Amino acid sequence: MSPSVPLQEMIRAIRSARTQCEERGVIQRECAAIRAQFRQADNGGRSHNLAKLLYVHMLGYPAHFGQMECVRMIASPRYSEKRVGYLGAMMLLDEKQDASLLITNSIKNDLSHSNQYVQSLALCTLACMGSAEMCRDLAPEIDRLLRASNSYIKKKAALCAVHIVRKVHDLGELFAPAARSLLAEKNHGVLHGAVVLIIELCERNPETLERFRKTVPDLVQIMKGLVLSGYSPEHDVAGISDPFLQVRILRLLRILGHNNEGASDAMNDLLAQVATNTDSTKTVGNAVLYETVLTVLDIKSESGLRVLAVNILGRFLLNNDRNIRYIAMTSLQKIVGTDHNAVQRHRGTIVDCLKDQDASVKRRALELSLALVSASNVRSMMKELLLFLSSCPAELKAHAASGIFNAAERYAPSQRWHIDTILHVLTTAGGDVRDETVPNLIQLITNASELHCYTVHKLYRALLTDISQQSLVQVACWCIGEYGDLLLRGECQETEAVQVTEDDVLDALETVLQSHMSSPTRITDNVDRIRSIVSIYGSCIDVELQQRAVEYNALFKKYDHMSLFPPPVCGFPQVCDLLDLLGGSEETLQPSPAVGAPAPGLLINTASTAGGDLLDLLGVLEPAPLAPGVTLRHTHTHTHTHTHTHTHTHTPQSDTGLTVTLTASNSTDSDISSFTLQAAVPKLYLSLAGPFLAASHYIKSFLLQVNLKMRVRISYTSQGSAFQDTVQIDSFPGLDAAGQ
Amino acid sequence: MPFASFCGTTHSFISHSHCVSQLLCLSVISSFQMQFMLLFSRQGKLRLQKWYVPLSDKEKKKITRELVQTVLARKPKMCSFLEWRDLKVVYKRYASLYFCCAIEDQDNELITLEIIHRYVELLDKYFGSVCELDIIFNFEKAYFILDEFLLGGEAQETSKKNVLKAIEQADLLQEVRHLMKSMWGR
Repeated sequence: MSPSVPLQEMIRAIRSARTQCEERGVIQRECAAIRAQFRQADNGGRSHNLAKLLYVHMLGYPAHFGQMECVRMIASPRYSEKRVGYLGAMMLLDEKQDASLLITNSIKNDLSHSNQYVQSLALCTLACMGSAEMCRDLAPEIDRLLRASNSYIKKKAALCAVHIVRKVHDLGELFAPAARSLLAEKNHGVLHGAVVLIIELCERNPETLERFRKTVPDLVQIMKGLVLSGYSPEHDVAGISDPFLQVRILRLLRILGHNNEGASDAMNDLLAQVATNTDSTKTVGNAVLYETVLTVLDIKSESGLRVLAVNILGRFLLNNDRNIRYIAMTSLQKIVGTDHNAVQRHRGTIVDCLKDQDASVKRRALELSLALVSASNVRSMMKELLLFLSSCPAELKAHAASGIFNAAERYAPSQRWHIDTILHVLTTAGGDVRDETVPNLIQLITNASELHCYTVHKLYRALLTDISQQSLVQVACWCIGEYGDLLLRGECQETEAVQVTEDDVLDALETVLQSHMSSPTRITDNVDRIRSIVSIYGSCIDVELQQRAVEYNALFKKYDHMSLFPPPVCGFPQVCDLLDLLGGSEETLQPSPAVGAPAPGLLINTASTAGGDLLDLLGVLEPAPLAPGVTLRHTHTHTHTHTHTHTHTHTPQSDTGLTVTLTASNSTDSDISSFTLQAAVPKLYLSLAGPFLAASHYIKSFLLQVNLKMRVRISYTSQGSAFQDTVQIDSFPGLDAAGQ
Repeated sequence: MPFASFCGTTHSFISHSHCVSQLLCLSVISSFQMQFMLLFSRQGKLRLQKWYVPLSDKEKKKITRELVQTVLARKPKMCSFLEWRDLKVVYKRYASLYFCCAIEDQDNELITLEIIHRYVELLDKYFGSVCELDIIFNFEKAYFILDEFLLGGEAQETSKKNVLKAIEQADLLQEVRHLMKSMWGR
């Protein structure tokens, strides 16, 4: 066919443009010329003209003004014009355009044209962009062509029918009889089209599927012919006879054999034959084997055949061709639930694929590996997965981390292993874990009471090594706060003993603090936690530590939102090592049953009889560790001439609320009037309170470490004078609901 | 003690270039269809685009842009298959041209590679050692050949010889009609 000179000249002109701007100029000129040509009378160059426009369209420029020209060209008696016209229709008109309906009549005429190449154009266009309406209109014509025409047209009509059925499902019934008879044809093109059509019909209509089950023996025969026949030059592809047809037949067999014993039996031998005899050295052979495997796994095949199929996939896993490995894993993923043991046999190879260079292969291998973790192989699998996590691509890290957590939770052989694993993930990919990991881990650690010593040592060491992983730092700080005494004690059965002093701990915390001071995000969580730990040390007998604690608190002042935050006063009369006090009396604590009732157990009375600024004392009240249901009573006494005792108690009433009760009693002789109580919380904590308080108790205890503060103001009149007092409560400990 | 459930960010596994738009929710039932084929150069210039599903020009442009970018970002030794939106994309590079097919979930990727290869062979036979320039300057013929090999996204003829014979005949017809015209003056 001679090239279109005008077209090629234009293409050359466009390509020689050096800039985008220049190209646009050329295109504009050409389009103007094309438009002018469209308006002119027929001059023999119409097809070249339209072809030019189609080229311009492919470059991305608008070409809608050519739509009507396509319609005109399709109606032309000249084949060259029809050819380009139909091409234009497929490129510029789709079913969404109104203009597409205009070509329906032309298509109808051309479908019965005397020349098969004209018919072919119509069939191709209808199959490519025919709307539902066009399809309905022309379906009878297609059915006619399916029955009475030459092979060239029949094969095209079959695929056109496929498109029609996809657009208008009901029309499937129309084509079923013709499709059935096409299976008797010898022409491969027709057979291929027929099989594709039957697949489409069976997918759409279960009744049709039932009827077509009877064709299984015929299909088996055809396949046998393809597999066992000698070399056929026309259809041979690297030793496989018509792989395209084979693959399609295998797919139809899959649909017909699915959930049906009889049909599956009838194809069993054939499938075994194909599976064993197909040459797997080239891609084309593997394509057929792949389809065979998919079929075997989807029908009711006998176990021997199934094993054969899985083994093929296993062989695929060892193939040098990455594509083959990839699809093997895709298939194995589909059957890992149903044929778990069979897939387990190939676990080693799958795990090796974790190290593949290709990210797609890596992802597949990760999915499969996670699915293959079981109680018996969890230790070795986790080793591999953790190794993978340390070097895996960024987009897979989060998924890998959460997969590892799930697997660890399900199959952990011991609590220590579980904790170790989680720590490992946090150190490797702490930035990619989900937010709920931290509370979950804290829960886990709390439950593993024999391992508290071990855990705190490990976390402390991890903290020393790396403070960049936020989640790790959070857990470590919490843990040190909880079990700091175990850390200081030095000995630990599970891990080597290291002498850790308070100084060391404070050093570590200082490092964390400093890194947090520079980055303002999340400052509150850790800073307040550390502040609370530090405050504990603030009451220690060791003066040097006290001093450091004071220094820290001064530092904390800078970040506090309430200006009235008083520095804690150290060295008050009843100095006590609070750690010991709280730790020692844990056993005697019981949950407080009623609001306002005095709780048995711990009562910290910080009332000062020596006067002074009472506000200070309250600032020193330490948050208790997560002791069960402790009720703390805040007491403060006014050292004015009147003595009033105000008691604050708080009990966790529900998971969504915190009730603070203020009990005021008048221990003076005279009456008090106009008693008002006002309470305020800093805005920051209000915003924190929302989401946190709605969640579980462990988030609540985290909130503790955030130190919810409250300012309470009371005012009253007594004996004619007005009094006002403002009290700040710095902590609300004992919110752990371990009893729940 | 059971764990409470937390509200937080979910890291649901996101497949390659996941897009939440509804653009490709077309033939929902059929899962064996080739949705489109694209040919583009290493610079991302489109040389052929065949769409077997109805999409607006704007949507086609968007898809093309994204997919071209995604494929061009792949390294040489990587897999020929990638998951893109809810489709599978099979691509292969021949010299300076990328051949890219989007197939549906249930389709056989390996046979799609064979289809791509068969098309390249047809082009090669027709043009005689085909190169990118042939396809640029004779783009309409590349389409004619494709339309003689695939119909509605499916292979219509599995014999190479038959496809080439049909193209030859159609080309001749094009010439003959012209001759006819000049003979009869119309």
